[in-house]
Amino acid sequence: MANKAMSDSNNNRDTGNKEGKKPSTGTENINRRNETQKEPVEVDKNPRYKSLIIEGAKYRTFLNRKFENRKKWYIPDPKKIISYIPGTVVKLFVHEGQQVVKGDVILILEAMKMKNRIVFSRSGKVKAVNVVEGDKVPKNFLMVELE
Amino acid sequence: MALNKKIEELKKRREIILQGGGEKAIEKQVAMGKLTARERIINLLDRNSFTEYDLFVEHDARDFDMDKKTLHGDGVITGTGTIFGAPICIFAQDFTVAGGSLGLMHARKITKIMDHSLKMKVPLIGINDSGGARIQEGVNSLSGYGEIFFRNTLNSGVIPQISVILGPCAGGAVYSPALTDFVFVVDKISKMFITGPEVIKTVLGEDISMEDLGGARVHSEISGNAHFYAESEAECFEQIKKLITFIPWNNLQKAKKFPPKEPKPEYRINDIVPGDPRQPYDVRDVIKAIVDDSDFLEVQERWAENIVIGFGRLAGETVGFICNQPLVLAGVLDVDSSDKAARFIRFCDAFNIPIITLVDLPGYLPGVDQEHAGVIRHGAKVLYAYSEATVPKLTVILRKAYGGGYIAMASRHLRADFVFAWPGAEIAVMGPEGAANIIFRKEIATAVDPEKMRKQKVKEYKQKFANPYVAAARGYIDSVIVPSETRNLLLHAIEVSGNKSVYLPNKKHGIPPF
Repeated sequence: MANKAMSDSNNNRDTGNKEGKKPSTGTENINRRNETQKEPVEVDKNPRYKSLIIEGAKYRTFLNRKFENRKKWYIPDPKKIISYIPGTVVKLFVHEGQQVVKGDVILILEAMKMKNRIVFSRSGKVKAVNVVEGDKVPKNFLMVELE
Repeated sequence: MALNKKIEELKKRREIILQGGGEKAIEKQVAMGKLTARERIINLLDRNSFTEYDLFVEHDARDFDMDKKTLHGDGVITGTGTIFGAPICIFAQDFTVAGGSLGLMHARKITKIMDHSLKMKVPLIGINDSGGARIQEGVNSLSGYGEIFFRNTLNSGVIPQISVILGPCAGGAVYSPALTDFVFVVDKISKMFITGPEVIKTVLGEDISMEDLGGARVHSEISGNAHFYAESEAECFEQIKKLITFIPWNNLQKAKKFPPKEPKPEYRINDIVPGDPRQPYDVRDVIKAIVDDSDFLEVQERWAENIVIGFGRLAGETVGFICNQPLVLAGVLDVDSSDKAARFIRFCDAFNIPIITLVDLPGYLPGVDQEHAGVIRHGAKVLYAYSEATVPKLTVILRKAYGGGYIAMASRHLRADFVFAWPGAEIAVMGPEGAANIIFRKEIATAVDPEKMRKQKVKEYKQKFANPYVAAARGYIDSVIVPSETRNLLLHAIEVSGNKSVYLPNKKHGIPPF
């Protein structure tokens, strides 16, 4: 990804913000978060500085929590039937090795007081069934897999 | 005399009701580190200014043995008062009375004071500390919430509405604060969520504490629902008082003028912004070098920090700042920062507060997560809010202003009234690196030393286009200025635009990309 952030160890330049002036270079913010640090840290040694590449230019900057915790994108695999919501498998209609066609109901996943019919989006042979009736499954759980 | 007796009776009645939920409940409240509703009102308002309404209101519920219960004031205190002389309508839910639960009469007290604030055109402050709907009162309690939300919406843009979360505020109740202009939270005391930890545990099987789900930090750092974060109730009240000094009482007035003051000398505006556009600095230093007394009240300081918003004064007059923050995420616009800026622009516009935009951004944040989260829809809010705003719009381009980001940040094209640029400004369709890679792709690819060629082309592009003079030649910016001239020019611009009037096409309302 173009905006992949990496640590910027050899780029420890001054921000132009230090000499003679009151530096409020965001270190206030850090201090509030790590209450142990009371004195503002030296700006040019601040490990919070990372780099961010936008349109080919590498910017020296802080990253925020949301950015650092962003999820990587994966191409969804239609052969994998994954729970889109946490719930209880109240009924299971398929077993391993079974031939299924598009539109067949796989199981009933009860969640938020609603009995949700989970349906195959393609035809094939069931490779694995990872749940039994009565199972409570979390979100993003691989319940059934096609070959 | 008979009247004397009656006065005695009144005093007695008052005394009983003023005890709220009684000693035990008050002890509990104190043990939670909280002030009582009455103490909160007294601490927040000017001394002796509080006049209470509806002290003698009682509930009318019959079911579940409710008719045998007396709830003093029905769990909420309402009235009027002043903050630094500014008139205020206020309500504070009293957790010591039936957990501050909201029943029909409780809600009616609140809506009465809300109607009053709209009529009198004075700010409304709501202190929320409630267990939620009073289940015994059933659908009457729901009607109460609905009536409050409706009035929040009517009041919106007419009077400033402030919500203070000093306890739980859960379920539907949180939508009242969400509809108001500023939400104040206090660490370890405020809790806001739609569905609590117990529901999440039973329905989803996920374990989470109240604090991690909807504590003060969550809402001021992650969700963006809160605007001001404080460590204590006392600090919170100081923040509210300060905010009140910056904003007008209603949409027909301007904020109160203060005696002008020069910025503090330690903020030397010529020395803050590094020449290299890839190097960071704290844009708040630039703001402090511009505003009176270097006094800047930041809003949503801990959320979407890549944009800085808040209030300051220029020659005593309140102005709102919207500034890219190169210190965080290089100051890009993204989903959250767009939301944050757009809403603030609309607040300033609604309440006659001139907008000053300081621009230094590389563009929009690239990424699958951003695109999938709807950065198109969210980014459009900034364009909409700036375009629609009719208050004076003053723009200073400090450094980078590339591509769509340049347009979005109060450019001339969105009808900024004054656009100044510092000499280091780079106003271009994109950054030199990106542009050179595209325009000179062939030359770079076929060169003997592609890297050297690339660098040379970047330099060429920089010299030709990455400056303020190309835009100045078309009149897109009005003037290229020395940084130290900024404050005086902004003062002048505010003075000149004092009678600004703009007419938008007649319509019921626009359809902003909410």
